[in-house]
Amino acid sequence: MHYMLLMTETADDFAKRTHPEEAGAYWGAWNAYIGALQQAGVIVKGDGLQRPETATTVRVRAGERHVQDGPFADTKEQLAGYLVIEVEDLDAALAWAARSPAAASASVEVRPVLPPPGGATA
Amino acid sequence: MTGEGPARQAAALAARTSYGRLLSLLSARTRDIAGAEDALSEAFAAALQTWPERGVPDNPDAWLLTAARRTLLNAARHQGTRDAAAAEIARRHAMLAAEGHDPAFSDERLTLLFVCAHPAIDAGVRTPLMLQTVLGLDAARIAAAFLVAPATMSQRLVRAKAKIRDAGLRFALPEPEERAGRLGDVLDAVYAAYGTGWDSRDGLDASAGGLAEEAIFLGRLLAALLPDEPEAKGLLALMLYCEARREARRDRAGRFVPLAEQDPARWSRAMIVEAEGLLTAASRSAQFGRYQCEAAIQSVHVQRAVTGVVQHGALSLLYDLLATRAPSIGVLVARAAALLAAGDAAAALAALDALSPQARIATYQPYWATRAHALRDAGRPDEARRAFARAADLTGDAALRAYLLGRAADGA
Repeated sequence: MHYMLLMTETADDFAKRTHPEEAGAYWGAWNAYIGALQQAGVIVKGDGLQRPETATTVRVRAGERHVQDGPFADTKEQLAGYLVIEVEDLDAALAWAARSPAAASASVEVRPVLPPPGGATA
Repeated sequence: MTGEGPARQAAALAARTSYGRLLSLLSARTRDIAGAEDALSEAFAAALQTWPERGVPDNPDAWLLTAARRTLLNAARHQGTRDAAAAEIARRHAMLAAEGHDPAFSDERLTLLFVCAHPAIDAGVRTPLMLQTVLGLDAARIAAAFLVAPATMSQRLVRAKAKIRDAGLRFALPEPEERAGRLGDVLDAVYAAYGTGWDSRDGLDASAGGLAEEAIFLGRLLAALLPDEPEAKGLLALMLYCEARREARRDRAGRFVPLAEQDPARWSRAMIVEAEGLLTAASRSAQFGRYQCEAAIQSVHVQRAVTGVVQHGALSLLYDLLATRAPSIGVLVARAAALLAAGDAAAALAALDALSPQARIATYQPYWATRAHALRDAGRPDEARRAFARAADLTGDAALRAYLLGRAADGA
């Protein structure tokens, strides 16, 4: 099955990305994690995302477009990236999620990807 | 009648003893518990029609399994998934049909119990799921035991089964490194079934909604399927010790009788003997566990049947151990009660006072009942009376309520 791992991070985590002393450890942890996933051959796709301050949220109500600065929800843990992995079951997906650096400081939401309509397996 | 009687009996027996085995086999591959339940109930209906005409098959379980698998396969075809998935089901169907001819086909119920108590399943629905999938209880019966509306319980069960299927929970025993924690969840869910109706059951009427018998059935199943897990034996022993005293909890007039005043002659000797045997076997592994410890406490209590006295020293030692390793509110209140029974009302009150900041005690009946007894023994009758009245307000058990109100009116 395909699962999406939605990685969140705290403001501290985001700050570490460019912090002169902490950036090394931050990126090292992510590189090690992605490396392990690649070695296991389970990655379908994935990206890291820029800081939540770069987000812009759009809503259309009654045909009118509302554009707003910032992410859709103002919470302590913000979306920082995603991965789609192909593994046997939820337990395997949870095991990968638990190993991610995001799980240790914020959280990872694991969701099965909606299968293509008609049940055909691509 | 002659042709139909045995057939119906065979179907009923198969339903009771084999339901969980068949359902666990049918759902393991597809993870679709609801689909497997539908197929299995169709198979039972077909059996009721076919067996009276053609006789009961040599292996009723295998017959039911084959019939249910055929239904599942047809359902898969109808959904238009005649691609890889259907081919896979067909392949496994063939493989398992061969297996089905073996009267001792594999028992997947343990796997199903672990799925029901999976951490991705809400803790409140784990016990109901087990009762429905492994024992075949209907939602209305489960709802009555958990004191919720039948429609609410049905909805929770449907939602949990959909999660199991759609999120793809693993139908396999957990990896060794997470085995202990996951087993704890399974044991807790079984014990929760035992707890249903324990205090709300009036008198000895087992039909009043409790699930003690079902919980003990699951406990036996776990102890048999996990012969190397001392905690599985510990849980079964604990439930048997408690069950052994059920009748003695009421006097002939149906009034509540506290443990210290129960007549040991009314305890079930057979259940106590079985519990002692289980606890001894469990202790050979020399691994501490919450359920073994709680069972050991019950073991000390039932020694009174032989010795005529309660070993308060042994009890407080076991409660200290339990409170260090598993400090739940129930354990901490029970520890205070043990201090009180040993004659130390001041220490019991101090232990209860230490719990006061916890919000849960406000509605926790055993806390107020224990506090009331401790206040009475400490020579504070007015406070004791108020605590007895508060405890009485918190119980749904008429006999227990009458006992507590009696104490409150007694001048405590």
